[in-house]
Amino acid sequence: MAASLNGMIMKSTVPNTLSVLFGFFLLFVNVSGVSAQQAATNKPAKPVVETRIGYLRAYEPQLALSVLDIPPRDEGVAGANVAINDNNTTGKFLGQSFVLDVTETKFDADVVPVFKEMLARGDKFVLTDVSAKQLLSIADLAKDSGVLLFNVGATDDSLREEECRANVFHTAPTRSMLADGLAQYLVWKQWRKWVLLYGSHDRDKLYADAIRRAATRFGATIVEERLYEDKGTARRTDTGVIQVQKQMPVFTQNLPEHDVVIVADESEVFGSYVPYRTWTPRPVAGTAGLVPSSWHPASEQWGGSQIQNRFDKATGRRMLSKDMQAWTAVRILGEAITRSKGNDPKQVETFIKADDFSIAAFKGQKLSFRNWNWQLRQPILIGDGHGVVSTSPQEGFLHQFSELDTLGVDRPETKCKLD
Amino acid sequence: MRRRYILAATVALPFLAQPAWANLVYVSNEKDNTVTVVDSKTMEVVKTINVGQRPRGITISPDGKIIYVCASDDDTVEMIDTATNEVVGSLPSGPDPELFVLSPDGQTLYVANEDDNLVTVIDVNTKGVVAEIPVGVEPEGMGVSPDGKTIVNTSETTSMAHFIDTSTHEITDNVLVDSRPRFAEFKPDGSEVWVSAEIGGTVSVIDNKTRAVTHKITFEIQGLRSEQIQPVGVRITADGKKAYVALGPANRVAVVNTETYEVEKYVLVGQRVWQLAFMPDGKQIISTNGLSNDITFIDTETDEPIKSVTVGQLPWGVAISPN
Repeated sequence: MAASLNGMIMKSTVPNTLSVLFGFFLLFVNVSGVSAQQAATNKPAKPVVETRIGYLRAYEPQLALSVLDIPPRDEGVAGANVAINDNNTTGKFLGQSFVLDVTETKFDADVVPVFKEMLARGDKFVLTDVSAKQLLSIADLAKDSGVLLFNVGATDDSLREEECRANVFHTAPTRSMLADGLAQYLVWKQWRKWVLLYGSHDRDKLYADAIRRAATRFGATIVEERLYEDKGTARRTDTGVIQVQKQMPVFTQNLPEHDVVIVADESEVFGSYVPYRTWTPRPVAGTAGLVPSSWHPASEQWGGSQIQNRFDKATGRRMLSKDMQAWTAVRILGEAITRSKGNDPKQVETFIKADDFSIAAFKGQKLSFRNWNWQLRQPILIGDGHGVVSTSPQEGFLHQFSELDTLGVDRPETKCKLD
Repeated sequence: MRRRYILAATVALPFLAQPAWANLVYVSNEKDNTVTVVDSKTMEVVKTINVGQRPRGITISPDGKIIYVCASDDDTVEMIDTATNEVVGSLPSGPDPELFVLSPDGQTLYVANEDDNLVTVIDVNTKGVVAEIPVGVEPEGMGVSPDGKTIVNTSETTSMAHFIDTSTHEITDNVLVDSRPRFAEFKPDGSEVWVSAEIGGTVSVIDNKTRAVTHKITFEIQGLRSEQIQPVGVRITADGKKAYVALGPANRVAVVNTETYEVEKYVLVGQRVWQLAFMPDGKQIISTNGLSNDITFIDTETDEPIKSVTVGQLPWGVAISPN
């Protein structure tokens, strides 16, 4: 630290006296590396640079067919908090501190007013766990205020394609990345004939679209599709459960010969009832059964047990995908602010957008951003309720630039035009 | 004739008095909770010792009498007597010990506690904890200067090398290196510390006087993507001229010229090569290859692999008895 500080002063082109004064200014006001180091061991380090990271969340309790699948109240936020702690442990050596500013709104609320309040509080970096529509309602406002957004929740491809924004980074994978990750595994298994069962809500249809695209891309065939209409009787009410469960064998009757049943039911209306209830015995994958995701609560490979232990200790539960997506976003900011030694949003943006930026996130390789739409490249874990079955990209799916770009929409196909 | 005589002697006195030319190689096997003992001369397994859960870091006392093994999931450091090759005791280690380093005088053990962001200092004689030093997130790599005055700890998520004064147990310098630093190795003359970064894919050379990164070594292997090159274990020859760097899933050990900082050769070993140790005479270096469940003997003159020997499941670290 001392060396780099000297280096800064020496490189300065201002006249001598001025440069010395400037040096003192740095010592006292800004780069407190030296004093923080000395303080780190016995005296508490005085935080010199505090970074506020906002977390905007549209929340309502989610329904699920199994009580085990009901998202915990702090899903996502807990991951951000663990990363804040990690950043602060590093920050204490450098005179940097990080705080999380969580703002919650109703699920379908207009998020503009609360976002404006966050801006007023001085949040320059904001994680969002909101719908695509809500994110778009604040993206340009954020841009005008010089604020960087990190989408940790929405998997919509549209946010990375026709609706992409230069100031929005995405640590959540897209539906197409998830579907491609699953498809690579199924094709590697030689399970190429798929049946697609999809729900009637918009997000179910988008998931189904991603599955169809993946089938074409990796040489699988969807031999038949069936729509399951949500009639509002399902879920965990006694009668609903019995009705929907009983429907599943019949719903999957008389299908053409197939290797696997793919379920597209993000809304949790029928999908979790498909495994073990199909007319013919076939494995189930998609939003139920074998599920592709950005993280798995049982992933222990690549140092994963360390983050799992740390997370469990802090929260008393296992780490879920959205927790990991939020953790990664906060760590990306920590990494940029630690290494660029400042928290000016312009400087941080330049640092993250540099070609050599990468982040370690317990997935066996460095993760980096696609510079055509600022989507984080990442392996997709394929797992069931119990553990991780495989990790995509699968061996043999090659790419001229990065195998991770075999997952999701690639550069030549993108509809994103960043200004 | 002579050969037969020596073999007979070995059989008669299996572990009591090792002939001067044979070294025992101790390999910690992370997945099956054992330490495999390999005879360096015959390159055969002579014993498998049951140890605590998830053995990883392994080292030997300067007098060659005790092997220390981190039993990570048992939160303890186990001691193996090299005369009998039995576990004879344990040391407190703090939670989840992964890697440690023994002071040059063999009296103090410095343990990285991965889950608690601490380095624990243990007196091996009293078996007591002397100090706990807060460091960065996920401390792992531990190096000690030849004079014993400085230890270096690397923290994986913080991506720093922390320099700690062993007389005060305080951090004096924090040096940022690349992503997920795994290992710290001092040059024998104490002038430099080499720190590997697994995800960053580099080795940072830190000047021990200025505590600044002076060189960054990168690796390039034809046919392999940069993501597959993940430097972990580092060892430097006694004369300080060559460094060996284990490259993880690249399945190779890089041989680096310490004057030019250029990679001179890549030695193909087994899968996911993790840690390294020199034979006491320096003529061979041994790598642990986690996913192929073996170790590879490498000739340090030709830098050619000699032989691979199957050990236990997921071999992690290696230590070699001096006699």
